[in-house]
Amino acid sequence: MTHQPATESDFCAIVADARAKKTPLAIEGGGTRAGLGRPTQTAETLSTRGLNGVVFYEPAEMVICARAGTPLADIEALLVERKQILPFEPPDHRRLYGSSGAPTIGAVAACNLSGARRISAGAARDSLIGVRFVNGAGEAIKSGGRVMKNVTGLDLVKLSAGAHGTLGVLTEVTFKLLPTPETSATLVIKGLDDARAVEALAQALGSPFEVSGAAHLPPGAGGAEARTLLRIENFEASVAYRIAELRKLVGGDVTLDDSASRALWRDVGECAFFAAPDARAVWRVSTAPSRAPDLVRLVQRNGAVAHFYDWGGGLVWLAVDAAGDAREKDVRAAVATCGGHATLVRAPDEVRARVDVFQPLAAPLMKLTRDVKASFDPDGVLNPGRMYAGV
Amino acid sequence: MSAIAFPAPDPKILDKRDQIIAGLAALVPPECLVVSEDERRAFETDALTAYRRLPLAVVLPRSTEETSNVMAYLHKQGVKVVPRGAGTSLSGGAIPQEDAVVIGVSKMSKILDVDYADRIARVQAGVTNLGISDAVAADGFFYAPDPSSQLACTIAGNIGMNSGGAHCLKYGVTTNNVLGVKMVLVDGTIVEIGGDWLDAAGYDFLGLITGSEGQLGVITEATVRLLRQAEGARPVLFGFETPESAAACVSDIIGHGIIPVAIEFMDKIAIEICEAFAHAGYPLDAGALLIVEVEGSDEEMETQLKKIVAIAQKNGVKTVRESQSAMEAARIWKGRKSAFGATGRVADYICMDGTVPTSQLCHVLDETYKIVERYGLRVANVFHAGDGNMHPLIMYNVNDPAEQEKAEKAGEDVLKLCVDVGGCLTGEHGVGIEKRDLMPRQFSAADLAQQMRVRAAFDDQWLLNPAKVFPLEGRAA
Repeated sequence: MTHQPATESDFCAIVADARAKKTPLAIEGGGTRAGLGRPTQTAETLSTRGLNGVVFYEPAEMVICARAGTPLADIEALLVERKQILPFEPPDHRRLYGSSGAPTIGAVAACNLSGARRISAGAARDSLIGVRFVNGAGEAIKSGGRVMKNVTGLDLVKLSAGAHGTLGVLTEVTFKLLPTPETSATLVIKGLDDARAVEALAQALGSPFEVSGAAHLPPGAGGAEARTLLRIENFEASVAYRIAELRKLVGGDVTLDDSASRALWRDVGECAFFAAPDARAVWRVSTAPSRAPDLVRLVQRNGAVAHFYDWGGGLVWLAVDAAGDAREKDVRAAVATCGGHATLVRAPDEVRARVDVFQPLAAPLMKLTRDVKASFDPDGVLNPGRMYAGV
Repeated sequence: MSAIAFPAPDPKILDKRDQIIAGLAALVPPECLVVSEDERRAFETDALTAYRRLPLAVVLPRSTEETSNVMAYLHKQGVKVVPRGAGTSLSGGAIPQEDAVVIGVSKMSKILDVDYADRIARVQAGVTNLGISDAVAADGFFYAPDPSSQLACTIAGNIGMNSGGAHCLKYGVTTNNVLGVKMVLVDGTIVEIGGDWLDAAGYDFLGLITGSEGQLGVITEATVRLLRQAEGARPVLFGFETPESAAACVSDIIGHGIIPVAIEFMDKIAIEICEAFAHAGYPLDAGALLIVEVEGSDEEMETQLKKIVAIAQKNGVKTVRESQSAMEAARIWKGRKSAFGATGRVADYICMDGTVPTSQLCHVLDETYKIVERYGLRVANVFHAGDGNMHPLIMYNVNDPAEQEKAEKAGEDVLKLCVDVGGCLTGEHGVGIEKRDLMPRQFSAADLAQQMRVRAAFDDQWLLNPAKVFPLEGRAA
C-alpha cells in the first residue's frame, strides 16, 4: 500500500499512525533510485509525489524552496528561465538503474547527490540551506531557513542530507543557487594512464583557473582511448583564456565546446558508461585523489574491474561482476588500505540484502548513528534498515 | 545586573574541587593545569566581556589521548566541561561556569601534514585560522574561511561555531571547508569522522558537529581543504550617499548574476571609526560604502569590475576607488577587518550577527537605526552584505548597568526583526549564551526538542558546554 498525501499535516498523521501500528514505512520520491540502499522490509510506502510545487523562488536572492516531491526537471526548467542553476549539478540516475519516473528535488537532498561540480561548488548538502521534515514521531520539524549564512542551533539540515529518509521524511527543501555560467569548455588530454592522469588533474586543480570538472575516463569508459577531462565554466573570454593556460600547464589534445562539453559531463555524472542494461554491480568510492589509482589496482588484483574517476580522482566508480558478494571483500580491503568509503550503488536485491551497502562504521560512530536515529525516529518507522541494519 | 542567567553551580562539585584537581594533576603535568585564581581569570570570559565566570580549573592537554583521559575522568566525576579555542567568541560560547572545567586546545597547535596534490592540511585543533593560510601562502594556497579574528582564533573554535568571514560569498563557511575531524566525546571516547576525501561516510556528523558550539565533543584534530589563490584580487571602494542606495546596489549586483568574492558594507559611523584607526582612505563624505572584491587575471578583473561599476553608477554611486597596488588593497581590507577593534577603542559595544534575505537589507538597516535610536544609543553597521549577514555594533558604556541593559534590549529587538523578515538570529557568531533565550523566536518547541534530543544522543547528562544555545527552561531531562 502506498500513501501519497498532499499536505505536511497529512504526512504527520500517517507517520504517527504507522508508529502507533508499528508498521514501518518505505519512503519514496520518484522511485528512480529504488535500487539504492539496502532493501527495506516494509508493508507500506510513503510517497512524497503528492507534495508538489515551488514554495518560493527569489532569483535576486539566489534561493529556491520547493516541496519535496517536486520533479527535479520542473525546478531546473524554472531556473533556466532566470539563468540560474543548482550549484552541485545533481545527477539523474535513471540510466544507471534503467528506471523510469521523475527524480524529485527531495531525493536529491535526502541522498546528498552531487555531480562533477562537487569539487568547486560543494555537495548537495553544501547548497541545502533549509529543510522541513516529519520525524518518526509524526512531528513537523524545521531546520535552517532561506539565508546563506545561518549557524542558529544544531545543523539538522546537514544531518538530513544523505540520511536517505531514515531520520525524517523531507517535506520541503531550500537550496541556494548560482548564476548559470555564460559558457563552458572541456580540455581533453588523451592516452594518459591512471596515475599520470590523476597527477594532471591535481596539477590543474592546484592552479588558479577554477576547474569545475576533473575526470579521467580510461579506455573502455565511453571510448577506446583514455581521456582526461578538465572543464572550465565562466564568461566567454575567461573560458578561452583559462583553457589556454591549462593547456600550457598540463598539455591537452582537443577542446570540447559548450554543447559537447555539457553532453560528456552529463555522461560522467550519470555514470552512463555503466548504464543499464548491464548485469554488473556498481560501487562508488570516495577517497583521496592521490591514492585512487592504487585503490583501483588493489581491487583489480583479484579480478576484472571497469572504472573511471571523477572529482579530480577522488570519486571512483567501479563496475564488477555482481555474483557472490559483488567483490565487497576486495573493495572494502582496498578502502581500508587507501582510506575513504565505498557504497554499493547498484546490485541485485539479494546481493544488497547480504552485503553492507554503505561503508561499515567504527563502533563508536555506529553507536552515535543508532542513538541519533533513535532521537528522530524512536520506533524505527522511517525507512528502517535502508542504510544500516537496525537503523 | 546581568540580564543573561547562568545555571546555579552544583555545590556537590564545588565541594570536591580539591579532589577533582588532584585527579586532573595525576593525568597532566603542572604546565597543563591552571588552578590558581589569578591564572584562571584569563579564562573567565571571551569576547562577550560583559559576562564572566571563574571556572573550577583549566586543562590544556597536549594530545588527543591526553584530552581523552581528562574527559573520561571528568565524565566519571560528573563534572561539566567547557571547550575553548582562543576565546574570541562574540556570543559567549567559551564563557565557563564555576562548576565546570575548561578544556583549552592551545597546546595542540601543530600543522601535521600539508598535501598539495590532494589540497588538504591536517592540523591540530589549536592551530590558528591564519596559521594555516600562512603556512601554505608561499606555495600559492590558502584556507578559505577568514573570520575577522583569524589572527587569534583556532580551527577548533571555527569548527565549534561554523565561522564564516568576508570571503564566504564565494568560498563558503567552515562547514564547506572541513573534510575530517578527530574528536573526543564526553566520556573520553575518541572518534574520527571523515578524512582527506570528500563527503564522509554515513550520517553527516561532520555537518552536525560544525557549529555545534562545543556541545557534542572536543575537537582535537581537523583536516581542511586548501584552495589555490586566485591569480589576482582587487578590492574596490564604492561610496554612496545613503545606506539605502548601497544596499540596493548589493541586490542589483547579485541580481545580475555576478558573484564577487566579497561584498562588504559600512555605514557612516563605521566609516568614520575605521578611517580614524586604519587610515584606509575611506570617503568620509559618504553615507555608506561597499568594498567589492573580484578575482582573476588582470583582464578578467577589468571585465568584471566594468560590469560592477556600471551597476553601481545606476544606483547613484558617488565615489569609486579601485586599488592600484597590493599595498592599497591591503589598506582597504585593513580598515574593514579592524572594524570591531576600532569600534572597541571608541566605545564598548555588542555585536549582533543576524542574517536576512538580501532583499530585506534596506528595510532591516533602516529599522535598526530606529530601534537603536529609541533606546538612545548609537550603532555602527559593518557587515557581509553579499550574504545578508548583518553586524550592527551597538555602542554603550559597560560600566553603566542601565545602558548595558538598553543595549541588550536593542540588540534583541534587532534580532527579532531579522527572524521576522525571514532571516535568522546568527549567521556566523553562534548562539552561545547571548542569543540562547531568543531561540524560541526562530524555532518551535518541537524544533528545539528535536535538536536537544540530538544533543542528548552525544551527551545525555548535558555536561558539555551546558549553559549555551538552548534556553535554560524547557530542556529535555
